[in-house]
Amino acid sequence: MTERSTLAGGATLAITGSGGSGAVTAGLILLAAVGRAGDYGLLGRSAGPQIRGGESAAMLRFGPQPIECMGDRFDLLVGLDWENVARFADELPLDRNSLILTDAQAEPIPEILLRSGAQVRSLPWKALADAETEGRVNMVALGMVGAMLGLPLDALESGARATLGGKGGRVLTPSLDCIRSGYAAADAASVPPSAFAPPVARWNISGNEAAGLGAVRGGVRFVAAYPITPASEVLEWLAPRLELLGGSLLQAEDELASINMIIGSSFGGVPSLTATSGPGLSLMVEGLGLAVASETPVVVVNVQRGGPSTGIPTKSEQSDLNIALYGLHGDAPHLVLAALGIRDCIDTVEWAVGLAEHLQTVAIVLSDQILGQSRAIIDPPGDRAFGAGERAHLHRLIAQDADPDHRRYRPMSDGVSPMALPGLPGGMYTAEGLEHGPGGAPSSRAIDHAEQLEKRLHKLTGFDYGPGWAEIRGEGDHLLLTWGSSAGPVFEAAERLRASGVPTRAIALRLLAPLQREALLEAIGSAGSILVVEQNQTAQCFAYLHSQQALPRHARSYARPGPLPLRPAEIMRALTDRDGREEI
Amino acid sequence: MDAANIAPTLRAKDYKSDVAPVWCPGCGHFAVLSAVTKALAHLRLAKERVAMISGIGCSSRLPAYVDAYGFHGIHGRALPIASGLKAARPDLTVIVAGGDGDGFSIGGNHFLHACRRNMDLTYIVMDNEVYGMTKGQASPTTQPDWAKSKLTPHGTGMRPFLPTAIALAAGASFIARGFAGDPTGLTKLLVEAIEHPGFAFLQVLSPCQTFRPEQKEWKHLVHPSDMAPTDDPVEAARFIQADDGMALGLLYVRRLPVWQPQNQPTATPADLEREFAL
Repeated sequence: MTERSTLAGGATLAITGSGGSGAVTAGLILLAAVGRAGDYGLLGRSAGPQIRGGESAAMLRFGPQPIECMGDRFDLLVGLDWENVARFADELPLDRNSLILTDAQAEPIPEILLRSGAQVRSLPWKALADAETEGRVNMVALGMVGAMLGLPLDALESGARATLGGKGGRVLTPSLDCIRSGYAAADAASVPPSAFAPPVARWNISGNEAAGLGAVRGGVRFVAAYPITPASEVLEWLAPRLELLGGSLLQAEDELASINMIIGSSFGGVPSLTATSGPGLSLMVEGLGLAVASETPVVVVNVQRGGPSTGIPTKSEQSDLNIALYGLHGDAPHLVLAALGIRDCIDTVEWAVGLAEHLQTVAIVLSDQILGQSRAIIDPPGDRAFGAGERAHLHRLIAQDADPDHRRYRPMSDGVSPMALPGLPGGMYTAEGLEHGPGGAPSSRAIDHAEQLEKRLHKLTGFDYGPGWAEIRGEGDHLLLTWGSSAGPVFEAAERLRASGVPTRAIALRLLAPLQREALLEAIGSAGSILVVEQNQTAQCFAYLHSQQALPRHARSYARPGPLPLRPAEIMRALTDRDGREEI
Repeated sequence: MDAANIAPTLRAKDYKSDVAPVWCPGCGHFAVLSAVTKALAHLRLAKERVAMISGIGCSSRLPAYVDAYGFHGIHGRALPIASGLKAARPDLTVIVAGGDGDGFSIGGNHFLHACRRNMDLTYIVMDNEVYGMTKGQASPTTQPDWAKSKLTPHGTGMRPFLPTAIALAAGASFIARGFAGDPTGLTKLLVEAIEHPGFAFLQVLSPCQTFRPEQKEWKHLVHPSDMAPTDDPVEAARFIQADDGMALGLLYVRRLPVWQPQNQPTATPADLEREFAL
């Protein structure tokens, strides 16, 4: 049950190198070139916690279908040098069918890689680079690998221009020379050329950029935040662009300030968002409770990393589900969503902004490092990928007229009361984190507490979220159930199981709270085997679904912590091995 | 100030809401509330263009008592809420009210950075050197030998926080001290603070009758500042360090760049999407 590994029609490769070797730059150019040649692609990167100049690996998979996960293994390992590669070895699964490319003058290949049985080819990268003015080994290797993969030279050159153009001719010109030199020297006949489709209108975007774009598409015009890995790119993308849109980003002194700043801006009527990662979310939960109680819409994009505490900041995990669901004190109903892929970061964040605004509440969107810091070639998003038809009314209900009887927290049939914005005569009220009566005056009376609790819960549970709550693919008696970024490997596992004769359905949850229990139970139906897949140690989603009585008793859990990404093959094994019914 | 913010003549009582204060009889905060409404009336500010923001504590109840927009938030976070509001809505007059615990202990870091950021906010700290709402614990401004709290029966043993000195060091552009027992002087300082472009910090000595009855003596201890307001931070620092903490008036004022966002859109999200196209 190994993954298809022919290079024709797609391939998986890793480029590794120590600080300054340009592994990631080569990967970025290759991704851009693959997109220009008409394929889809996914570029992940792995780095240690060093600030500058440490080792890094770029991992690229491409092919004629949208790429949603990195797969099981690598066809090609391009080693620009071998310093510290051992740190990545367990992230770079190779086998006998893999090919390691190395420079003829480089150090011997480390034993830890050779143990895989992969074949090795030594190539004259350094010699070719030395023959060029300001020659660069990574660019020579890139040209050669591009030729071996069957990429057109003009796609590589165009990819290099798009990636390096900002650095000026002093970088671009010698890079292009080296790419051409490597390309010309490649023994192209050694590898079957890929059949690339003609170029089409696609995007090259990272998950963190996609989250930022989803925010501004949803109407966000104010962001306050404190930098944290791996969420900072969301903020770096937004800062200059919000200004172009007439909004602004404020770098706060800490996460406590961030969340309260966006509560203030949202109180003023501007859709607002912050982005953070686990430790930052911990600091924000007090403020999130204030937003719930005061019915102030805010969105938090939490780009999860390995936890607890500062954990593994540069690598991925899905272990913040519990804090997102349960972190707030008191009965504090709020929305929890999870993006199912890089492209889905756009739609999920946009949807979250609309829902938070419409329901005047908190939405936490769970992304993670593997989504946030990977880039992909994607089809551009539609006007709205899901929740179609809902968009028209997904905005804040704002009180329009001066009304001397305006009562901010008056219970309404759907729980959503019109919100007066500062500037509206006659709408004056004090937003309140203390329990309050309908007019906003603090109250410790049981009847006010009961009424306001009910209002805040009912407006979320009574809303029709439409079809966006999950993505469901395939048919079959076997069911893989997952959430967030695990969707990519789960979808591929289900597809490969179906192809091998095991009818398998996949359900990926996008809206985790409020859980769409009835819809989920209906989607689960009478599935014979059910496996809940997630990337954390304690099966947080599995436990949550059971607590909501949303899972049959025979459902099983496959939960594994990060930082190693979930692979389709391990999910297939987990479904079938213990199931004992099928031989794959 | 924005012309749209000017109201037809309103009297101070028109700015009072119909919510009854929870404060103890004789609390200094009543005088602060009165000074706020008088200052708003003096400036003829339209009620709907004023936002009163607070955290938690006795003094933080103030927004509910003013007929304007308000946000009663959580402990220590009034300044971030106000900063976010002002960044999003620079057209509003944003006034922040709180106490010494809220502002200098749990919210201390926000205080430092609000001084640095110099947004156009007015920050009134009603300082009574005690936590009143939780029934009488030491605050950052409490003297080290005050041993009446069950939490610190031997006193705090720590030197008190010096609000004006710290505001100056952190870069505040307007620093003043008022007294609840001097309503006329307090109203005048509030008017100046609201009119000041930038972060205006106003420490108000506001006695707590319940937990610090000895503060009744403050009316004999306060005195007008004997220094004219300066824009020289070195001179101001010298004065503030030598001050007995009871000098009233405007101590320091300086025109510094005010943080405010530019708000003219020149693009749409669809324009931004082009950068991703291959």
